[in-house]
Amino acid sequence: MPKVNPHADPTRRDLGPAALGRTVKKLFSYYPVLAPVTFVCILFSSIVSSVPSLFTQNIIQIIEKWYVSRDWAAAKAEIVPYLTLLVVLYALSILSMTVYTQLMAYMTQGFLHKLRCEMFGGMQKLPIRYFDSHQHGDIMSHYTNDIDTLRQLVSQALPALIQSGAIVLVVFSIMLYFSLWLTLVLVLGIIAMVAVTKKIGGGSAKYFVRQQKAVASTEGFIQEMMAGQKVVKVFCHEQKSIEDFDRLNDALFEDSFRAQAYASVLGPIIGNIGNILYVTLALVGGVFLLIGLPNVSLSGKALDISILVPFLNMARQFTGNVNQLSQQINAVVMAGAGAQRVFALIDEKPETDDGYVTLVNAAVAPDGTVTESDRRTGHWAWKHPHGDGTLTYTELRGDVRLTDVDFAYTEGKDVLHDVSVYAEPGQKVAFVGATGAGKTTITNLINRFYDIADGKIRYDGININKIKKADLRRSLGLVLQETNLFTGTVMENIRYGRLDATDEECRAAARLAGADDFITRLPQGYDTLLTNNGANLSQGQRQLIAIARAAVADPPVMILDEATSSIDTRTEAIVQRGMDQLMEGRTVFVIAHRLSTVKNSDVIMVLDHGRIIERGSHEKLIAERGTYYQLYTGAFELE
Amino acid sequence: MIRQLTKCIREYKAPTIWTLVLILAEVAIDVIIPFETANLINEVKAGAELGGIMRVGLVLVLLAMISLVCGGAAGFTGSKAASGFAKNVRHDLFTKVQSFSFENIDKFSSASLVTRMTTDIQNVQMAYMMCIRIAVRAPLMMIFSIIMAFIMGGRLALTFVVIVPVLVVGLFFIAREAMPAFRAVFRKYDKLNESVEENVRAVRVVKGFARESYETKKFTAASDNIRGDFTHAERVVALNSPLMQLCVYFNMVFVLFVGSKLIITNGGTTIDVGQLSAMLTYGIQVLMSLMMVSMIYVMLTMSAESVKRICEVLSEESALTDPAAPVTTVADGSIDFNGVSFKYSAGAEKYALRDIDLHIASGQTVGILGGTGSSKSTLVQLIPRLYDVTDGSVKVGGVDVREYDLDALRSAVSMVLQKNELFSGSIKENLRWGNENATDAELEEACRLAQADDFIRSFPDGYDTHIEQGGTNVSGGQKQRLCIARALLKKPKILILDDSTSAVDTRTDALIREGFKSYIPETTKIIIAQRVASVQDADLILVMDGGAIAASGTHEELLKTSGIYREVYESQTNGGDENA
Repeated sequence: MPKVNPHADPTRRDLGPAALGRTVKKLFSYYPVLAPVTFVCILFSSIVSSVPSLFTQNIIQIIEKWYVSRDWAAAKAEIVPYLTLLVVLYALSILSMTVYTQLMAYMTQGFLHKLRCEMFGGMQKLPIRYFDSHQHGDIMSHYTNDIDTLRQLVSQALPALIQSGAIVLVVFSIMLYFSLWLTLVLVLGIIAMVAVTKKIGGGSAKYFVRQQKAVASTEGFIQEMMAGQKVVKVFCHEQKSIEDFDRLNDALFEDSFRAQAYASVLGPIIGNIGNILYVTLALVGGVFLLIGLPNVSLSGKALDISILVPFLNMARQFTGNVNQLSQQINAVVMAGAGAQRVFALIDEKPETDDGYVTLVNAAVAPDGTVTESDRRTGHWAWKHPHGDGTLTYTELRGDVRLTDVDFAYTEGKDVLHDVSVYAEPGQKVAFVGATGAGKTTITNLINRFYDIADGKIRYDGININKIKKADLRRSLGLVLQETNLFTGTVMENIRYGRLDATDEECRAAARLAGADDFITRLPQGYDTLLTNNGANLSQGQRQLIAIARAAVADPPVMILDEATSSIDTRTEAIVQRGMDQLMEGRTVFVIAHRLSTVKNSDVIMVLDHGRIIERGSHEKLIAERGTYYQLYTGAFELE
Repeated sequence: MIRQLTKCIREYKAPTIWTLVLILAEVAIDVIIPFETANLINEVKAGAELGGIMRVGLVLVLLAMISLVCGGAAGFTGSKAASGFAKNVRHDLFTKVQSFSFENIDKFSSASLVTRMTTDIQNVQMAYMMCIRIAVRAPLMMIFSIIMAFIMGGRLALTFVVIVPVLVVGLFFIAREAMPAFRAVFRKYDKLNESVEENVRAVRVVKGFARESYETKKFTAASDNIRGDFTHAERVVALNSPLMQLCVYFNMVFVLFVGSKLIITNGGTTIDVGQLSAMLTYGIQVLMSLMMVSMIYVMLTMSAESVKRICEVLSEESALTDPAAPVTTVADGSIDFNGVSFKYSAGAEKYALRDIDLHIASGQTVGILGGTGSSKSTLVQLIPRLYDVTDGSVKVGGVDVREYDLDALRSAVSMVLQKNELFSGSIKENLRWGNENATDAELEEACRLAQADDFIRSFPDGYDTHIEQGGTNVSGGQKQRLCIARALLKKPKILILDDSTSAVDTRTDALIREGFKSYIPETTKIIIAQRVASVQDADLILVMDGGAIAASGTHEELLKTSGIYREVYESQTNGGDENA
């Protein structure tokens, strides 16, 4: 079945044209010289391909003139100049065709490359919120399906449209030049063809949408069953799942068959209407010749065989190209929808960043004054430009305060209420609470993945809204619950934390995290290639690499989200040690799932439905015998 | 390989054959039409009376109508054949996978099975459609057209002697150059898209480390690299059109020049104007057919990969064989491992299990502890015969598991896998996987036992709550408890929990185990866990290490005798968990 773009919903036809216009405009702006050259070349070669009919007419006239006397020499003298001109035109046409097809290949890929990069670059600037509200598969289809429809459009549909359009126009004018009556007959035929196309095309579109849906549900089922295949076996559910599958499979067959049938019946019908039209023209032409109908034409020539024969050939060319135009319509509609989605991503509003306070390496003099340094000193400072043109430097100490913070992911549904958290430099703050209590949300506000609705957050006394986001985030190390590694070597993955780290620094970070031991035992050590999110490593090993990655950045403040998934006790102990090492001497916000982590924290915040309901040290909270006590003793789930 | 696929045609053999026949007819008519048209033109030219023109004209219209019907019908039957063929292949693949053992599934991985059942089948369906519609049509068209051209045009048909070889050689070189280039570029393209996916998935890491511009730079470089390769491949293919046009133009000039010479020197006796225009039509038909053949050649080679991947699955034999006279009832829940050794594949060097001797009486509770890779899961998976032993034997209820009817054995042995899966559908539907005919009361009882009843009732839709694909709308602990309830509904003689309460808090965990004790005392219970607390009160605890049972006994015994056990116990109780 043809590749179905699940997003090219034909009912959204109305949104396409603007996006198509923008696509073409973009193409011309990327290639201000090459695009017009290509356009001219396409026009030229298509016009040339429609003129032979003129020559054929002339040559047939010559044949008519000489064939009775059989004087080839005389005829040849008349024919050769025409043919020479034809050969020259053909040569030029092939040349221009070669030029434009090569240019097209070059421009299409260049255009797609630029568009892809624009899309990706734009996507990097989008707020986290965008990624929350769009499914990954959806985002991905911009890069696959949508770009593919545009490739189709630029490399095939667009040139074909220009070509067929030009040919149709030229041929139509030539036909008028020859005979108005015959042209009228042809136009009537074309109207019939368009009507049939519309009728069948409509049915086809309807079933394509249904086929799309059937494909989606069948594939969904396959995915689910393949992922859960072992469960199917354990429950002896094989027969039942085959029955369920067959139902979906049969439905898919019905819709796919209908969609295909509509699409493939169209070709022969249109083709043969062309044939019938051809015959009709020949008949009508013959009748006109017989009854000697006075011809009406631009050329003023009388209707005779030398006009009728080339006219018939032109009619064929004409219907062929109208057919071609109608075939491109589908591609154009699909591309319209694709382009519209691509532009929607490009136009998406980037994350706003009005911050002007930046993070710099700092040298701290013995008297406590802070100056900027161009080397890595192990100290950082906030560089704060003021309205009067002066600069102040504030040493980065890791003092983070949230005061009366409210937050909602969607308006009206508050996730955090009146949250206040004070973390002094070097303190370890633990968040504890049930799933959905708002633990992760708090950390998402500190690194400004989201912006608070009300209240304030101060970092070393500076409102975090004034700090440039990239700098703010560079000052905050991050270890997430779900480990994400990138395709590349282990070394490259660790270096992700700090791009200018030397190999030795990366190794030191790995040692600190307790990852060095297993990495050196990998077949290629630090050069081992990780693919597919480190699928070749165990869960614990991946976490250790993520910890090393955060360690090499050596940030003064850390946000740690402990993993809940079960790893065996020994690996867990190693991961725990790595985390503990990492927390040494830093301000740490930790979303804790392990009792040992919680216990060793300076402050524990117990969250419930977005409110901090208990706070204090482990001993204090145990003594209070409140929620924390219950959590701690295992009465509630810690997840 | 191809034969395996042709077996899938089955009831769609008729539409397939019909398609071929109809296309044969359509092609024949399509070739006669220019011939008749030439006659028509000559009739018109000769100024014959209207009757003659009408006669030829009517024949032509009739031919066109037949061609229309044949072509339309071929489109219809062809679609039916291709969609039906794909349906059968899909059915066969799915059914085949259902017959797989765990060993077969491990070999393919579920992601690769999904690709085979979706993308690969799509490719094959398209190739099949092409094959029966165009692969037959194009060569036929070409042969018929050339024959007609020789009959009609005589020496004029010599044009084909020039253009056909030129086009064939040209297309051959283009295909030879372009195909590997395209294959390479598509692989790279897939890689690029994988890296985008990776980036989207890891968006929090990217932003957390402020690596946006680094990622953009990386992407731009990769994308530019693809642009280079893609442009090369496309430029090679772009030579197609000028080459084709060259042949068309050559044909045009040749036919016009030689044709007019023939007409004039012979006074229109061997060839006439009508035939001249027919020759032009045949020329284009031949060239178009050649073009189509080359297109199909490319498509078929592209889909060969898919065919191979599908056939791999179809020809895979299930690693488990059924006994000749299967035992259909399981007497009790006793389990015996006699000198069992196991490795995952015959070629593997390392044994996953070595010389296991283990005897569990019906109704006992057995706990298993051990680090990652100690083969805890492997051991229990031999009991419901998810894998076959390499050496020795596993007996359930005193009978070798290989002698049971597989369904009977697995109905008696209920297992909650480490990788739990719920399926999209309501909670009730999911639970009924355990027992299709379970009453609502039975469902609720199982859920109460698994400590799931309370949270299910707290959902607005209760037991009718819809579970999303992969069970993403329930928490890890809830999912585990639903899976336990589902396993309980089988009313098994043996219940195996493979690390199935890791996300459940200690108190609930204890409640579940208490429930087992009082409600299903006769059922043999095997519990794999990370927490000592989960197995502490078992009748027998096994400590596994490196594929062997390192120690076994009760909690008290093991504290005295097993260093590993003591180490694990202490590391977990040092946290100060008062309930541990």
